[in-house]
Amino acid sequence: MINSLFLINPSGEIFLEKHWKSVVSRSVCDYFLEAKEKALEPEDVPPVIHTPHHYLISIYRDKLFFLSVIQTEVPPLFVIEFLHRVAEMIQDYFGECSETVVKDHMVMVYELLEEMLDNGFPLATESNVLKEMIRPPTILRSVVNTLTGTSNVGDTLLTGQLSTIPWRRAGVRYTNNEAYFDVVEEIDAILDQSGTTVFAEIQGVVEACVKLSGMPDLTLSFMNPRLLDDVSFHPCVRYKLWESERVLSFIPPDGNFTLMTYHVNAQNLVAIPVYVKQSISFFECGSDGRLDVTVGPKQTMGKTVEGVMVTVHLPKTILSINLTATQGSYTYDNGTKVTTLWDIGKLNPQKLPNLRGSLSLQAGAPKPEENPSLNIDLKIQQLAISGLKVNRLDMFGEKYKPFKGVKYITKAGKFQVRT
Amino acid sequence: SCVHNDEVISQQRGNVTMKLLREQATVCCYAFECSSFLTNPITYGYMDGFDSAVQCVTVLYWVCDPQMIARGKNASDLFPAVVKNVACKNIEVKKLVYVYLVRYAEEQQDLALLSISTFQRGLKDPNQLIRASALRVLSSIRVTIIVPIMMLAIKEAASDMSPYVRKTAAHAIPKLYSLDPEQKDCLIEVIEKLLADKTTLVAGSVVMAFEEVCPERIDLIHKNYRKLCNLLIDVEEWGQVVIINMLTRYARTQFLNPNMNVSTTEATAIVKRKPYVMDPDHRLLLRNTKPLLQSRNAAVVMAVAQLYFHLAPKAEVGVIAKALVRLMRSHSEVQYVVLQNVATMSIKRRGMFEPYLKSFYIRSTDPTQIKVLKLEVLTNLANETNISTILREFQTYIKSNDKDFVAATIQAIGRCATNIGEVRDTCLNGLVQLLSNRDELVVAESVVVIKKLLQMQPEQHSDIIKHMAKLTDNIQVPMARASILWLIGEYCEHVPKIAPDVLRKMAKTFTNEEDIVKLQIINLAAKLYLTNSKQTKLLTQYVLNLAKYDQNYDIRDRARFIRQLIVPTDKSGALSKYAKKLFLALKPAPVLESPFKDRDHFQLGSLSHLLNAKAGGYQVLPDWPEAAPDPSVRNVEVKESVQTYPLHPPASDTASGSESGSGSEESGSGSESEESNEESESASEEDEEEEGKKKKKNVEKIKARKPVPESESDSQPNTIASVQVFDTICKPAWLYMQFLLNPPLPVSVPQTIIPSGNLKTYELLHRITGEGLSVEYCFSRQPFSPDPHMVAVKIQFTNSATSEAKSLHVEDAKLQSGMRIKEFPEIEVLPAGETISVVMGIDFCDSTQAANFQLCTHTRKFFVSIQPPVGELMMPIFMTENEFKKEQGQLMGMNEITEKLTLEEKCQGEHAVVQRVTTAANLSRVPCGSDKECRFAGKTVTSGSLVLVSVVTKEDGAAQLTVNCEKMVIGTMLVKDIHQALTQ
Repeated sequence: MINSLFLINPSGEIFLEKHWKSVVSRSVCDYFLEAKEKALEPEDVPPVIHTPHHYLISIYRDKLFFLSVIQTEVPPLFVIEFLHRVAEMIQDYFGECSETVVKDHMVMVYELLEEMLDNGFPLATESNVLKEMIRPPTILRSVVNTLTGTSNVGDTLLTGQLSTIPWRRAGVRYTNNEAYFDVVEEIDAILDQSGTTVFAEIQGVVEACVKLSGMPDLTLSFMNPRLLDDVSFHPCVRYKLWESERVLSFIPPDGNFTLMTYHVNAQNLVAIPVYVKQSISFFECGSDGRLDVTVGPKQTMGKTVEGVMVTVHLPKTILSINLTATQGSYTYDNGTKVTTLWDIGKLNPQKLPNLRGSLSLQAGAPKPEENPSLNIDLKIQQLAISGLKVNRLDMFGEKYKPFKGVKYITKAGKFQVRT
Repeated sequence: SCVHNDEVISQQRGNVTMKLLREQATVCCYAFECSSFLTNPITYGYMDGFDSAVQCVTVLYWVCDPQMIARGKNASDLFPAVVKNVACKNIEVKKLVYVYLVRYAEEQQDLALLSISTFQRGLKDPNQLIRASALRVLSSIRVTIIVPIMMLAIKEAASDMSPYVRKTAAHAIPKLYSLDPEQKDCLIEVIEKLLADKTTLVAGSVVMAFEEVCPERIDLIHKNYRKLCNLLIDVEEWGQVVIINMLTRYARTQFLNPNMNVSTTEATAIVKRKPYVMDPDHRLLLRNTKPLLQSRNAAVVMAVAQLYFHLAPKAEVGVIAKALVRLMRSHSEVQYVVLQNVATMSIKRRGMFEPYLKSFYIRSTDPTQIKVLKLEVLTNLANETNISTILREFQTYIKSNDKDFVAATIQAIGRCATNIGEVRDTCLNGLVQLLSNRDELVVAESVVVIKKLLQMQPEQHSDIIKHMAKLTDNIQVPMARASILWLIGEYCEHVPKIAPDVLRKMAKTFTNEEDIVKLQIINLAAKLYLTNSKQTKLLTQYVLNLAKYDQNYDIRDRARFIRQLIVPTDKSGALSKYAKKLFLALKPAPVLESPFKDRDHFQLGSLSHLLNAKAGGYQVLPDWPEAAPDPSVRNVEVKESVQTYPLHPPASDTASGSESGSGSEESGSGSESEESNEESESASEEDEEEEGKKKKKNVEKIKARKPVPESESDSQPNTIASVQVFDTICKPAWLYMQFLLNPPLPVSVPQTIIPSGNLKTYELLHRITGEGLSVEYCFSRQPFSPDPHMVAVKIQFTNSATSEAKSLHVEDAKLQSGMRIKEFPEIEVLPAGETISVVMGIDFCDSTQAANFQLCTHTRKFFVSIQPPVGELMMPIFMTENEFKKEQGQLMGMNEITEKLTLEEKCQGEHAVVQRVTTAANLSRVPCGSDKECRFAGKTVTSGSLVLVSVVTKEDGAAQLTVNCEKMVIGTMLVKDIHQALTQ
């Protein structure tokens, strides 16, 4: 299966390599680097590259390339999914996934990778199991370790891998037993010039933070589960009960995890919380144009829209811009991609924010064909735009009374306005 | 990052300041200056001791660091010092030593052996985790000497009490196999044992081992099939992927095509003997995999999706669309792979994705490769009803700044237009508008597509051709210019006034044009000359003269050729009369096809599918069998079913009786949500098992009673041999003598004989040793109908004794692992002087090892053995010349063996070659255009690996023999055999 892993930074430097079978020379990465040179953006590098003796499957995540070397047939998604798990694991252990973090914790990353794969086949990928084997670093622990000479590797022999519920470690104890659930919904939409919805759907996810002692068995039910069109679950959820009773029944992993993701039927009309009035035009003669964007609230269910941000991907021929915003501030990045980021903040229905001004093109550059599209970012607290509501959370198997909480949040996902 | 224990060290090492040492080590490590570290005697002294975890961790960090390796600073010099610490108590040190050991053992084989005893001790530890980890490291050390130790350790671990250790044993199997493939037979035994394991922990790992070591041994799965289906939902996600992919292949060999009544091909219509009923096991698989479409793991979802695509009845495949569309929300790499698969699926099952059309709409922020794939899917989904929406969407895409994407969009519009007649004009108009686009690439791409579209109905579009003619002044992209010129030439009769003018302009610029444009100018000139020679005669001659002195020989050739063809001279032959017909023949319009068409012959979701080329180790997805193999092979033994029955009252819920064997709470095998017909299905399943119980008790009897296979019944109990059949060269002289003394029985050729060549007969038991009973065998080359993976062996008994021989049967087969025998039904009486023939099947596992068994009469037992020549291990398959070439192209390199040889005198000529090759090996001839080359194709009987043979003959009896076969051993032996057959 997976033969080797290379971590490569954006400038093409290999800063970590790990082999699970015979050592593969790092020169194999040259094929990848060549493809990377050719691609305009890092995202354009093909995820699967065929070299004379190996297959290279890579992902681009957090500005790093995770490149795996394969020698024989294996489902590509298997590898891609695994590489993402590696990235998530690094993120989970060290708070972020970056080159410096990996270099700082090289030994631990090595130990983790060693546990995650055996002979190229995944062995322990559950965060709970890994954490029992190799403890994540904390300031307190490093102090303790210095004083006592112990290390981060768990010296108790773990049992997580042996249990029938590999995602939960045994003997969990908390003084405050609490279970929090965040229902996060993202609106994916494409609006056309006139503001009509071309395509819209809601993608939701239930993130959980469960800190309960012992072996609790939880049941989470919704007021309106029929709303959910398509769901996917953490392995802990019992499919059978969902199929028959539409409740989520599970023994939770310890700590943070994603309980389920769902999709709300696109046929139900998706409420679009904001509208955008825009006009971007370039003059036929002369080398400049005008930009005028206004954002206003639409279907917000009485809540305030916060964290509104508008990103405009301008054509490359733009030389400079001169804009004024009635609210918030804008930044202009003239790097490889010309973008303008307008950070509005809270949306005030009385006084609509507006951004307008002139754009000047490079001398002699032709009028751009396509008007730039706008990407919108927003946040609405205490609202699930689909109307999904958690009914109740019941716990079995343990005696204590846990503290329970549910939070709703709506965000913009891939929300694009064509102009 | 490393933390240190100063106290302990300073106690032990007295005066030496550990701080200094530590700093030194750390500095060395971080600054990547290891040379001073290595040569410094003080440091080295300490490392030898390795008392502190500190040093170990630091040093080990450093030796594992790729930066060091990249600088050519190989850390293997430290091997002895490091390996000593393998027995260290500190777990972190221990683990890092393991990492180091596994990394460098291959380079330091002798020293690596020092550590082995530690692991051997570990294997006996009472703690299961220590046993497992010892086995894990031991099996990762790539040193050939310890293969026997590993083998022993794996065998022991496979019967360990702890499932975790057994899982580790399963992981160790492929490691050992890659180190020493010779161990295959022993490893298969272990795999067989572990496959029978009932825990979820082991299931995924052992199937992985199965896939790497012996994916061809599908027979090992039979007994475990139902168990695997039932455990599936509780297996960890990575194991699920592997199991589902394997079961897909399994189902393709064991069940019938659920869509066979739907398909309208004639062949199946004839076969339609009885209405299709889905095997309950087939249903079980579909039912138990379905909930996994809800998995969070994209690879699991994809695995289930491909299983449904390849195995489910058409009406049920739809469920996967929603799940696949969900994956499109995931990371862009996941999207990329999923879209590739959706593109393939959407060609065959368009309806499935139509409701999700909008999910494939393109965002300007998508990476180009995703955009192009989405476009492909949208194009595949286009039909009469949704085409207007799709075209509107395409219009927005054309404005994009991403020019590669725009070009792809234009191509897509072209494809929609060819596929859907109603919108052809709309598309054409849209494309014509693009001709005035400012971007030259867009215009060029449009021209190319318009050219293809116009070819479909040129009459109505002379204005478009005129418009394009004007473009020649501006557009510079060679492909586009060439396309325009071709159009004008082809349809010059529609634009009689403009065409000569275009030629005039082109003649002026001829010398500066690209080669493809030049060729088209010549083409245009020729066509105009033929239709309108009055106006263009001189121009044409001018162009041809220019071309005559061109630097490119293609162009010079073309000019010479065309001049001969169109300009009448006294020498020009008969062809010039037909020049007009040649040039202005009606050309068929090009078919614009999806590059994903027919990609589904690769298993979806596989790497090979993605690359559209066979990746190493890819297992071909077999075609559905014509008739279902015996379903009772999956019946499990009595013991197991007894365990599960009492759990459920048989009357109320029979279905779950055989289903939730695991009985665990999470196993959502969904017995509640059952379909209506399930009750009866599972009831019959139970009956079968009930029957199975009885069967088990007297297996032998039943086997003996089984009806005689078909092939047997029509072959007469008669002698098949004739004197000339015996290979006198190979047989010892005394045997030959025997035949002189003892003339064989009258010749009668059996009805079913192979198409060419005679059957070679071998002796199994001599008359003298057999006390009057002589036995001969030959490979009948008939498919062995009870089991297609067995070689049919025809055995002929002759009783030349004076008394009758009774109860002839086979007993006590001593077989190499994996080999199987299907014995012939017992012959009750063979009267004196009589001869009888029977057929038995042997699965040689694609090896030439002998099958040893005892042949028994009522009085005696004889040890006999049958050893197959390599040529008998295969069976012919029929393929076309193109298929042959394609397959041959995929079996290059190591899989190809070529040998030069000189044909024996009598063997020259096609017929002789064919006869000799087909006599030497059971292959069928592949048609071939050339009479200098003979091609043959077959596949091995057990694993079905392709065997391709070609013999190219040259002058003077020289010839070249090429064998392509995935199994190199078979290839090598076959080359030898055929070589001998052709030269002697």
